[in-house]
Amino acid sequence: MLPLLATADDTGDGPTFVGPSVEEFFPEPVLFIGSPFEMNRIMIIRVLVALIVILVFWLGTRRMKIVPTRFQAAIEYLLAVPRNIGTDLLGEKDGARFLPLLTTIFFVVISANFTGIIPPANIASTSLIGLPMILAIVSYVTFIYAGIKKHPGAFFKNALFPPGVPKPLYLIVTPIEFVSTFVLRPVTLTLRLLMNMLVGHLLLVLFFLATNFFIVELSGGWTAVGVGILGFAFAWSGFEILVAVLQAYVFTLLTAVYLQLALADEH
Amino acid sequence: MSVIAELSGNVATIGYGLAAIGPAIGVGIVVGKTIESVARQPELQGRLTVLMYIGIAFTEALAFIGIATYFIFTQGQ
Repeated sequence: MLPLLATADDTGDGPTFVGPSVEEFFPEPVLFIGSPFEMNRIMIIRVLVALIVILVFWLGTRRMKIVPTRFQAAIEYLLAVPRNIGTDLLGEKDGARFLPLLTTIFFVVISANFTGIIPPANIASTSLIGLPMILAIVSYVTFIYAGIKKHPGAFFKNALFPPGVPKPLYLIVTPIEFVSTFVLRPVTLTLRLLMNMLVGHLLLVLFFLATNFFIVELSGGWTAVGVGILGFAFAWSGFEILVAVLQAYVFTLLTAVYLQLALADEH
Repeated sequence: MSVIAELSGNVATIGYGLAAIGPAIGVGIVVGKTIESVARQPELQGRLTVLMYIGIAFTEALAFIGIATYFIFTQGQ
């Protein structure tokens, strides 16, 4: 297996601290063991959070009134965030066209990130590569589709051979453009979300394990250190909330930016 | 020739540490420039913030690839 943190070796006879490892992210399967649908704790959390998001939006948008109730007003306020991203970057028409995609991406990412902070779950649903990869692939396919639909013959030509570059330089520019547009965009979308959530979770686990170690297993003066580390854990949880919202915003924003670049008219 | 010094442990950590210097400086420059420009023209804060996020996204790309190289280049499970 892949240990990310070596265990702290203790040559004395005191208790040893065992830090978190990558095994955190691969718990035992619990349901349907052995079949292709086997679900471990993380998969169950993902399904639950998807159902909760569907439930919240269904309750918020049925029997809508012109003068909204408080719950409906809250839902409208939340829905305005990806809508503003779309219209600021893409304009009215294209913003409305891609609004379902941007809204879905925003709310999937933000709700899946939040499960990392909520106590019963304590694992960010986006900290395994499957979910970020699917979202990045959707984003990738959509911006290529939008580009091809807008400029049917010329999308790849304009992306790979940008106009206004002297002919010999195309030898250098085209491979760079190809890697940057068609390889790096989905890869960095996936890795940015995945790594932020993975590292945040590992640090949170480290802080809580350390608190447990200092308070429970060592005794005496070390308890004060344990309480200090618990303070760090709370501060880091606050930071994780910020990172969860920010990563959702950045993912949606970048999808809109890539769509805008694909739909841009040539000068 | 006898061994004079020896280093053990995970080289990937050192690799990531080196890889993180560039993007960290880059993000610092992007955000610093944004703060400077907002100080000069506060009414553009909304648009400049969006541009800042886009700049951060591109600059941080290499740092993320740095973390991932350990998983790519080893034969770990």
